[in-house]
Amino acid sequence: MAKVVVVTSGKGGVGKTTSTASLGAALAQTGATVALVDFDVGLRNLDLVMGAERRVVYDLINVVQGEAKLAQALIRDKRIETLSMLPASQTRDKDALTPEGVQKVIAELREKFDWVLCDSPAGIEKGAVMAMRHADIAVVVTNPEVSSVRDSDRIIGLLDSKTEKAESGARIEKHLLVTRYDPARAARGEMLKVEDVLEILSIPLLGIIPESEEVLRASNLGAPVTLLNPTSAPARAYRDAAKRLNGEALDVVVPLERKGFMSRLFGRKVA
Amino acid sequence: MALVLAPESPLPPWIAALDAQIARSPSFFDNRPIVLDLARLPKEQPDIEDLMTALEQRGIRVIGTEGAHPSWHGVESWGRPLPSGGRATRDVTPPDETARRALPADPAAEPAGLLIDRPIRSGESVVFDKGDITVVGSVGSGAELIAGGSVHVYGTLRGRVIAGFTGNPRARIFCRRLDAELLAIGGVYQVADDMAAGLRGRAMQAWLDGETMRITALD
Repeated sequence: MAKVVVVTSGKGGVGKTTSTASLGAALAQTGATVALVDFDVGLRNLDLVMGAERRVVYDLINVVQGEAKLAQALIRDKRIETLSMLPASQTRDKDALTPEGVQKVIAELREKFDWVLCDSPAGIEKGAVMAMRHADIAVVVTNPEVSSVRDSDRIIGLLDSKTEKAESGARIEKHLLVTRYDPARAARGEMLKVEDVLEILSIPLLGIIPESEEVLRASNLGAPVTLLNPTSAPARAYRDAAKRLNGEALDVVVPLERKGFMSRLFGRKVA
Repeated sequence: MALVLAPESPLPPWIAALDAQIARSPSFFDNRPIVLDLARLPKEQPDIEDLMTALEQRGIRVIGTEGAHPSWHGVESWGRPLPSGGRATRDVTPPDETARRALPADPAAEPAGLLIDRPIRSGESVVFDKGDITVVGSVGSGAELIAGGSVHVYGTLRGRVIAGFTGNPRARIFCRRLDAELLAIGGVYQVADDMAAGLRGRAMQAWLDGETMRITALD
């Protein structure tokens, strides 16, 4: 039976789509079948980050409204055979998502895949609630800053009240993914410390993704960072997070500021 | 401490005076909790609905009302009524003593306290007017606890707490770590800015000393 994961945050721009793509690719690279579902109807991005924007024919709304079959809308990744994605519609809005339609699509995806990763839109409105509705597991993406942490706290409250699991009296599994973590700024006290974020949100830590230009470069090139540059620090962090999501017990390492050979020779790098 | 705004009839000149005040000190109302004392307005006040819109447009954050006439349309959504304020409301019906004594006849049916053993998340609002609220966990920034009695937080208190909501001046607020946005007991308020900086991050209790809220460290 598939596991349905919602990648959510409340706040926009914290790295939900990047994390969905990278975690999904990392899971698929282990041989598991993975479907990525873009719930950001009207502002779709996942197809761009996955480099699939030129192959979109049908989308989630078409499937929800019965205008296309799921198999017609799913786009298989060219690099990893076990990875597929279901794009969102850019021309419709979130009102086109009906609870019954979404339920049907998720149920069908559950039968076909090992993992279903739902990329939630920002906010706490209908789109975000639809994306989390049928999830078994939530990955809460948070930047180490106060506004993002408070929005995540709000989203955790919704996960505990508005999901199918919560309504049936069960507990939805929640994990914290800290993204855009900048060791240098953390050392200078300009960012919240990971332990402070954990203390405020009090959910288990899935991983810490360091701030990196590699992530931006990967998004612009339309490839998850775990594929484009597998040895980079963010790729390794995402791969470890995917392993933890899969139940492996790995210690989380807080990224430290590494002074390279060159910077030791020439002192501070000019940023 | 919360500021009290007392609109006067007719409303347009009063709003004009308010605008003049805002023009003089633009940040005057920023993040300040405002209590609206409506007792000076006549019952048949026209355009009463527009008043709240006018205040919202000026960024004034109303946390409660006093002296509102029950027949006014939509008045219940204007922040929370503050029955504990009492002073400005003229026609208070004295409580029926016999009815009150009859209440605790079946203690099992009416729990005197509410125990919550999970964190209260941002945006959640817990209202329990029958007695104390105890939270085993933290209260997030932007969350709100409203109790008829005292409030106990075994964790970090980052949100807002209103204790003694039904007018109990003996209600207290306890927490293991103070980082609250607002504390209120029996209608007396303090926002984070009013609290002594030395108390932040410490275990504390807050109680009412007459009309003044006192906060002292417990550790």
